[in-house]
Amino acid sequence: MKKTEEIFELLKTEFCEVILGLDKETPTEPIISVDSMQVHNVGAFLRDNDELNFDSLMVLSGVDDANGIKVKDEDGIDMISGGTLSVYYHLHSTSWKHKITLKISTPRQNPKVESVYNVWRTSDWHEREAFDMFGIIFLNHPDLRRILMPYDWEAGYPLRKDYKNPEFYKGMKVPY
Amino acid sequence: MALKTETMVLNMGPQHPSTHGVLRLELEIEGELILSVKPHIGYLHRCFEKHAEAMTYPQVIPYTDRLDYLAAMGNNFGYVIAVEKLLGIQIPERVEYIRVIMAELQRIASHLVAIATNGADIGALTPFLYLFRDREYILSLFEMTCGARMLYNYMWIGGLSHDIHPDFVRKTKEFINHFRPTIVELNNLLTFNKIFIERTANVGILPLDTAINFGASGPVLRGSGLAFDVRREDPYSIYNRFDFEIPTGKGLVGTVGDCWDRYYVRVLEMEQSLRIIEQAIDNIPEGDVHSAIPKRIKPPKGTIYSRVENPRGELGYFIISDGNLNPFRVKVRAPSFVNLELMGELCKGHLVADVIAILGSLDIVLGEIDR
Repeated sequence: MKKTEEIFELLKTEFCEVILGLDKETPTEPIISVDSMQVHNVGAFLRDNDELNFDSLMVLSGVDDANGIKVKDEDGIDMISGGTLSVYYHLHSTSWKHKITLKISTPRQNPKVESVYNVWRTSDWHEREAFDMFGIIFLNHPDLRRILMPYDWEAGYPLRKDYKNPEFYKGMKVPY
Repeated sequence: MALKTETMVLNMGPQHPSTHGVLRLELEIEGELILSVKPHIGYLHRCFEKHAEAMTYPQVIPYTDRLDYLAAMGNNFGYVIAVEKLLGIQIPERVEYIRVIMAELQRIASHLVAIATNGADIGALTPFLYLFRDREYILSLFEMTCGARMLYNYMWIGGLSHDIHPDFVRKTKEFINHFRPTIVELNNLLTFNKIFIERTANVGILPLDTAINFGASGPVLRGSGLAFDVRREDPYSIYNRFDFEIPTGKGLVGTVGDCWDRYYVRVLEMEQSLRIIEQAIDNIPEGDVHSAIPKRIKPPKGTIYSRVENPRGELGYFIISDGNLNPFRVKVRAPSFVNLELMGELCKGHLVADVIAILGSLDIVLGEIDR
């Protein structure tokens, strides 16, 4: 069983620049930030290293950080410009019993992350959900479609903080 | 004339009695043989996560009831624990004991539905009626406590909505005495029934490494032979005080990890839940269940991922607080959502009728899959 700090040091020596930092400020769980284009390599290392053996991805969650600038578009509707979207990976080892949290951030205008589909199969639907709700593109995901919303939903990504409900869906009035 | 050999696409659902809700399975079949299964979900999407961002922390609790509506107590439990960890508050002993008893009663009630519908789906209708009779006992215990039978809003952040009824302890003991013999009856009626075994043993075998890689949890993972239970692994509340076993699949009548093993793990777990209730019911300390409820719930900035063992597996809440009265983000890791991903893997090479047996053994609730 290893502490997050030890795992962070281990990752730092293995991957250097890919590991961006350790956030210990949140009171409840330390978070390791990782480069969004290398997260699958870091994941494979975490899973296959005998001392770490993170074989289970508990949850993968997309988050809208809403840290951009609030602007109004041409129709006077509030929008967020710039800033980042994030993805959190909560990992767990069934043999060593330790847990860590990884985090990647990606620009809101062009959100792209490497998929961890090939490392943890759990991520399949979770990544589809993050795509569905936030529009985060998971590169090399074999089947990136909407999952909870209708396949032909065109009104954007519902869990973004500047999402506006559409008035009509396929010509039908959306009641509320 | 040669036989037709092309494959056919068959839609099972969204309205199908054995899908336990509105789920569409797109089957690619060659005759009776399944080539692939693609689940299509989202018919019950009610925007829980979006709603939660507009609500204050206590207002989210009734919404959690509606995730896994067969185990609403468990959902409340997971959510309030996560918020309490963010707040860093201590809970009175009395509340902890009552919560554990409620969660275990709920586990039995939920497993009863799982077992009953699993049997009914593949033709055993009689056990269904017996088991729903017993579930009724538990629901009336809940009704006596908080007035609701399915969606309780019972556990509040820092406490409970109501104290238990003066008769609760006596009636719970009565239930335990009544229910123990029923498990034996169930085993005679369904578990070791030859027809049931024929339908479920060696069907939908889930190897352990696949189960872990797919993130399976709860009876699905334990059916494959790993004794993984969040109550033991990552103890929350006061579970580390109780003595209970973690049943695993042993391949008693077939192969480890088949439908029957997943089914039998649930039967054994009901017995373990009874044991926990027995240990807790006589030791409920005195106290006030409202004393620790904060007046104003405003957690500090921070993130938390907290998980509990729900009847269907590991239920996790990932909450981000930005220091306001409402959560910045709530993400639910619903066990059924993750377990349903296995469908495609489990059904390959089986027959159409086996899909129903496999789906029943996964025990999904669409409420928490679609959220």
